[in-house]
Amino acid sequence: MSDATPQPKGPLGRFLALPTDSVPKTVFVAVMLCLVASMFVSAAAVALRPLQEVNKLIDKQVNILQVAGMYEPGVDVVEAFGVFEPQVLEIATGTFTDQFDAASFDDRAAASDPALSVALDDDPAGIGRQSKFVTVYLLRDDAGGIDKVIMPIHGYGLWSTLYGFIALEENGNDIFGLQFYQHGETPGLGAEIDNPRWKALWPGKRVADANGELQIHVAKAPNASGADYHIDALAGATLTSVGVNNLVQFWLGETGYASFLANLKSGDIS
Amino acid sequence: MSQTRRQMLIDPLVDNNPITLQVLGICSALAVTSSLQVAFVMSLAVTFVTAFSSMFISMLRNHIPGSIRIIVQMVIIASLVILVDQVLKAYAYEISKTLSVFVGLIITNCIVMGRAEAFAMKNPPVASFIDGIGNGLGYGLILMLVGFFRELFGAGSLFGITIFETVNNGGWYVPNGMLLLPPSAFFIIGLIIWAFRAWKPAQVEEREYKIQTVESH
Repeated sequence: MSDATPQPKGPLGRFLALPTDSVPKTVFVAVMLCLVASMFVSAAAVALRPLQEVNKLIDKQVNILQVAGMYEPGVDVVEAFGVFEPQVLEIATGTFTDQFDAASFDDRAAASDPALSVALDDDPAGIGRQSKFVTVYLLRDDAGGIDKVIMPIHGYGLWSTLYGFIALEENGNDIFGLQFYQHGETPGLGAEIDNPRWKALWPGKRVADANGELQIHVAKAPNASGADYHIDALAGATLTSVGVNNLVQFWLGETGYASFLANLKSGDIS
Repeated sequence: MSQTRRQMLIDPLVDNNPITLQVLGICSALAVTSSLQVAFVMSLAVTFVTAFSSMFISMLRNHIPGSIRIIVQMVIIASLVILVDQVLKAYAYEISKTLSVFVGLIITNCIVMGRAEAFAMKNPPVASFIDGIGNGLGYGLILMLVGFFRELFGAGSLFGITIFETVNNGGWYVPNGMLLLPPSAFFIIGLIIWAFRAWKPAQVEEREYKIQTVESH
């Protein structure tokens, strides 16, 4: 190396000319480097945060549109999403609450807030804590009545927690669609829950039978309740299918939206 | 260092490829090659990080105390990786969702550290920058090759565009599911290394042991 060594100038120059391995210089380099690096990192994080928040929101809205069968590539997501009416639902009573602002209520943050959630002992969906409040989205028909309800669901699959939405018709029993927007299942196997052909199995299925018993199931073959309540499990993805089965039963059963769906059926909610 | 800049850029592609010759950065090559699009973005990210970390480390090389040099390199690399991660989340949200933790794991990619330690600490900034680009491209080349085979035969598509209509979608092609799982990348990388060494015998390593000849009595 033939770096010229110019005469050190000023206090900083003299300092930089100290032997590189001396203690003061080591401390100086470490501190300066950390300061400069942290400035860059925090500047990037702060400057890009608004864009990232928008991306996350759009991603979620696209999924709600998809589960309602209203998404086509290229639509103006924000405008298309405007037709949905967000409501915060109290799970235990199955009624809407205006304690929170529905537009900004954060289900996931609520699920880890001890005041807004309960720890689950019997936890087939593998979620640990369940929020007492969730955001549901209503789609109204021209007359102002409820046309579809879109409810968030989540639970553990094979590798990861699956987050998604399930859309039901206004009778609270007919499934309109199901869609997961976040998961980490195996590509080609468990991740086939994203396959349009598998998702197409859901519309038209029923949640509960005439006696109000929860019958919906994801399995290799239909059980005694019959094909109306059966969704074919994914080949090669047994554990993911079992996870989907558990989480759908958990969220649509007594532990989840049962009282809300009962209210929908009886017309107590409109 | 008598290499020209052109050599610095071209050498790591085949003759001194970080994956096939130096066998570095295998871990991420296994994880992110199940689709070409993801492999492409990962290649760009690693090239960017290797180039700029080498450049910055080289600019500071005369002031980096030996006792904390690895930490200094890591701080620079980690800052750049966080920057890449943040930019991806802001401008390519879908892809950043697929890459998830692997962007963060560029920090531990041996190629980045390896070039910083082996090249940038001893060479001027511009040369280090070009060396970083070259090695990033060498890594990317293998990633794209592996991704090509894995996506084409594992999912019947390239860059998400269907080439073979798979049975799941009503076509004829039965995809090879194993190619979508990480171990398959091992086999493909192994085959690529074999092909490279058959083409350029100079890359074959000397045996560390010698098989004894047994004399017959």
